[in-house]
Amino acid sequence: MNAIVATVLKRLGLGVVTLFVVSIIISLAIEMLPGDFAKSMLGQAATPETVAALRKDIGLDRPLAVRYFDWISGVVRGDFGYSLAGAGSLGGSRRPVADLIKPRLANTLFLAAVTAIIAVPLALILGMLGALYRNSLFDRIVNVVTLTSISSPEFFVAYILMLFLAIKLPIFHSLANVSPDTPFFERLGRIALPSLTLVLVIIAHMMRMTRAAIINLLGSPYIEMARLKGISPARIIYHHALPNAWAPIANVIAINLAYLIVGVVVVEVVFTYPGIGQLMVDAVSKRDLPVVQGCALIFAGTYILLNLIADIVSIVTNPRLLHPR
Amino acid sequence: MSLSKQAVDRRSSTPGALLEILGLRIEGQSDEAWHEIVKGVDLTLRRGEVLGLIGESGAGKSTIGLAAMGYARPGCRITAGSIRFDSVNLADVSEAERRKICGARIAYVAQSAAASFNPAHRIIDQYVEAPLQHGVMGKAEAKRTAVDLFRRLRLPDAEHIGFRYPHQVSGGQLQRAMTAMAMACRPDLIIFDEPTTALDVTTQIEVLAAIKDIVHQFNTAAIYITHDLAVVAQMADRVMVLRYGELVEEAPTGVMLTKPQHAYTKSLWAVRSLRKEEEEPGEGALLSVHGVNAGYRAAVKVLQDISIEVPRGRTVAVVGESGSGKSTLARVITGLLPPLKGQIVFDGKPLPPALKGRSKDMLRRLQMIYQSPDTALNPRRRVRDILGRPLQLHSGLTGKARERRIVELLEMIELDQHFIDRLPGELSGGQKQRICIARAVAVEPELIICDEVTSALDQIIAEGILKLLLRLQKELNVSYLYITHDLATVKAIADWIVVMRDGRIVQQGAKGQVLTPPHHPYTDLLLSSVPEMATGWLDNLMAERAARKAQQLLKSADQ
Amino acid sequence: MTTSLNRDANLVEDVGFAEPPPKLAHYTWLQSAWRELRRAPLTARFGLIVILLYILTALFAPLIAPYPETEIVGGAYEGWGKQFILGTDQLGRDMLSRLIYGARNTIGIAFVTTMLAFLLGGALGILASVLRGWVDEVLGRFVDVLMAIPQLIFALVLLSIVGTSVVNLVLIIAVLDSTRVFRLSRAVAVNVAVMDFVEAARLQGEKLGWIMSREILPNILPPLVAEFGLRFCFVFLTVSALSFLGVGMQPPTADWGSMVRENATLITYGDITPLLPAGAIALLTVAVNFVVDWFLHKTSGLRNEP
Repeated sequence: MNAIVATVLKRLGLGVVTLFVVSIIISLAIEMLPGDFAKSMLGQAATPETVAALRKDIGLDRPLAVRYFDWISGVVRGDFGYSLAGAGSLGGSRRPVADLIKPRLANTLFLAAVTAIIAVPLALILGMLGALYRNSLFDRIVNVVTLTSISSPEFFVAYILMLFLAIKLPIFHSLANVSPDTPFFERLGRIALPSLTLVLVIIAHMMRMTRAAIINLLGSPYIEMARLKGISPARIIYHHALPNAWAPIANVIAINLAYLIVGVVVVEVVFTYPGIGQLMVDAVSKRDLPVVQGCALIFAGTYILLNLIADIVSIVTNPRLLHPR
Repeated sequence: MSLSKQAVDRRSSTPGALLEILGLRIEGQSDEAWHEIVKGVDLTLRRGEVLGLIGESGAGKSTIGLAAMGYARPGCRITAGSIRFDSVNLADVSEAERRKICGARIAYVAQSAAASFNPAHRIIDQYVEAPLQHGVMGKAEAKRTAVDLFRRLRLPDAEHIGFRYPHQVSGGQLQRAMTAMAMACRPDLIIFDEPTTALDVTTQIEVLAAIKDIVHQFNTAAIYITHDLAVVAQMADRVMVLRYGELVEEAPTGVMLTKPQHAYTKSLWAVRSLRKEEEEPGEGALLSVHGVNAGYRAAVKVLQDISIEVPRGRTVAVVGESGSGKSTLARVITGLLPPLKGQIVFDGKPLPPALKGRSKDMLRRLQMIYQSPDTALNPRRRVRDILGRPLQLHSGLTGKARERRIVELLEMIELDQHFIDRLPGELSGGQKQRICIARAVAVEPELIICDEVTSALDQIIAEGILKLLLRLQKELNVSYLYITHDLATVKAIADWIVVMRDGRIVQQGAKGQVLTPPHHPYTDLLLSSVPEMATGWLDNLMAERAARKAQQLLKSADQ
Repeated sequence: MTTSLNRDANLVEDVGFAEPPPKLAHYTWLQSAWRELRRAPLTARFGLIVILLYILTALFAPLIAPYPETEIVGGAYEGWGKQFILGTDQLGRDMLSRLIYGARNTIGIAFVTTMLAFLLGGALGILASVLRGWVDEVLGRFVDVLMAIPQLIFALVLLSIVGTSVVNLVLIIAVLDSTRVFRLSRAVAVNVAVMDFVEAARLQGEKLGWIMSREILPNILPPLVAEFGLRFCFVFLTVSALSFLGVGMQPPTADWGSMVRENATLITYGDITPLLPAGAIALLTVAVNFVVDWFLHKTSGLRNEP
């Protein structure tokens, strides 16, 4: 058992280190700011005092290391700094970034969870069926349909659904406006379209990858050996193939959930869903740097976490590590 | 599997036959087109009989072996013929029916045990699976028979080895475990598909003896597929020779060994008789290796205290099994792996240990030929470029002069000049290896390191290559450092033999001296483990070794 | 001994036991390409035709488009009619012309970006596969870290900092995408770099540049070409997504992604016009995917030869 624990801990450590390095990069990126950033940001309200105050806010007056350390020690405590919205205005009503992020993050996680619960099992089943009935008519049709789906930009799928399911036929809400006190079932109803969009996109990707992974697995020599021993096809699948399938399938799920994070941004904008994706896009167009950094860190953290889980699953199910020589 | 019932067998089946294949035709698919790879083969097998199927690669032996179970690999299909196993035509019967027979009454032992065991389950569980699924015996009984079989197959710790996972067990042991697994249901027929090809010579002996014993003990019929003539001489009662999917000759083993009829069979048997004449030791050492230690990491030494001399115009053969360090020696001499200790002297001058420090002329004088011609030639470059580039680099030849020299080289390696435009993919294995030889010889080197250059080739082709090498040595007075694990090759080509084991030199000397007793015990083991072309050799060897062991036990009991 | 040797040698030659020569394939590259095309499945042929149409549209945009790219020629949101075949956008510019110019802009940017990504990632990948050692380690770790941040997010961060100009867009996405190209080219190049012919070249004294460009590169072209297609799609979709979000190409340039955003309100009136640029994006990506799928099927089949 020690080999497993050691490997898992090593992998966890690597994940934490990666997160730190990513935070450094995100913070470092500020170095690339053009010189007149503060002035152009304040526009009309640019006076030497406000420019200096803004630079102080972003931290441009401090050396890189100090600035990073301040920021990261704040992050660890849950303090992501203050939004730049309203910078330069008198009487500053600047909100803490963390307050902006929290409700949005909850919304996005809700959307992602609903999508994942529907998409993942469906995709896995379709993928396995595709692998088992390879090159049949069913498989080839599904192949073309999923290929079309993964080739379409998310906003295309989103607008088509909106057009046909919310406007031409008013079945669903066209815009997903939820607020913190929306009751649960109404919430579900309002996110129906954004969720459906994401489900369609994710299923396509995941189904193709699962199918490829299982086909690869079924080509292994020990599967042929099992066939030659006269084992029934059903038993070959669940007794021989499945135990070796956890690692590749965990990998597929992790990659696609990571993809979900990115797809969520566009979908939130299309349906004006108050999630962290839309927050980030708004902040980017307004160049509200602390918010951008905070959101980016959360996205990156989730991404790293998902990959970490996938790697740990493949470690824990690897027979060579479970039973070393 | 698409079948046609064209070749319905009208001949009366041989009485008492366990397996009867008539008119078998199999097609294989490559690049969207189907070609016939088995062209109407008949095969009969009686109970308890061992049939050897030999042929070179591409002869179709594996395909026929699988077809005996009614199985065709993806990319192959059985197009005609009947496969009658104990009055059931496996070619006709439904998938479910065939499944009942496969595994229970016919079993298969694959070439690679490591790949054929499921890494996620214990060995004992995989052993027990077939008997349980086919309802042949209960779990407890199956486990008992497993331990019994493991013991008969001389596996260490027979009681507990089943609890291990495949990756926890060595290659030779796993191969025997796979044989045990095949015996689990007490099948009537076992198909052995090159089971010892991937094993070392010394391990091979153990496995061969084990297989032979068990097959006799249970009176199981067997089809033994191999390309090694000497092995088939030990294992089979009857031999079938195959070539390009057709039967060439069939006879009882003893008859086939002494009186082969067909010209092709005769040539197979003749291959192992190549011998280089003894020559006086050459003048002066071209290459001297003094006390070299080498390794990839400081702690693990792959080579220890190696000292060798290669005289001009002679061949030094380095013999050893896998892990002996012989390939690492080649890397040290060529400069790819600088030694940790010791020195290499070439033509009187010390050789810079790393490749970087060597002059272009130095690189020219020392050339290397590799084992696998498929990976030794760049598939995207034509012969003209492959041979022309070294000529350009070292001899500065361009244009017409270069072209002429390339044609000269092609003649030297016995290839027609129109080969100059070909890509490696358009050449056969033997032709590719000849191009590799030409590439090495093109710049007039003084020493060529041959790293297992005939190991990947079929025996007839290999013999051609060896003859070419011997001829070139005479014409060009070039020295060879010939690395191999095959003793027949050593006998054919060497003047001086170096025996290596686990990174050390165990014995070295002139060929005649090393090959005649008394030997170092390891040399003795190596030499005696090489199967010879006489029936009963294996039985004699095992009896000899058992007797020796009994003697030793007696001696130690006395003391 | 020698006499019997000769006799056996003659035996081998007489009965002609030389191996049968493998099939000769002496077609020129063009001839074999044409043969493949004739055998291609429906989807691949569809894909190739579509790609060709797009390339022609992009190249000859000024000749095809009825109106200039950024000129206001009519009222806002005019419907489909004879004068403006696909109507006008929110400022009164002709949709069809902007669609046609959009092809040039969007495809052009995506293509240049992909080329840059390939030059950078491919060269580094092959270098890492040949040198191994610390170069490989350092590059690998660096790429791992860059890839730990989702590409869209990273692009958003960088764009918010350096501003959204076309040059910035191209450079940022090229550098971010080169990480994927690095991973792939290193993976396939490593399989080639361990082959004996590469070692043989090294032993002949060939320099690093030769080994990379003449020994390794020609042998990894099929997967690289396929990957080019796939990366192009990805870059294309990313650039469009960024433009859709308002941080990609800026007005008044005609770009399919921002065209969708600008005209999005039309959807609420049941008009499908905003879907046209989105559909154009989808169609090209589907076409490229079909072709790459077929190409991979062909080349992986060829590579299965022993």
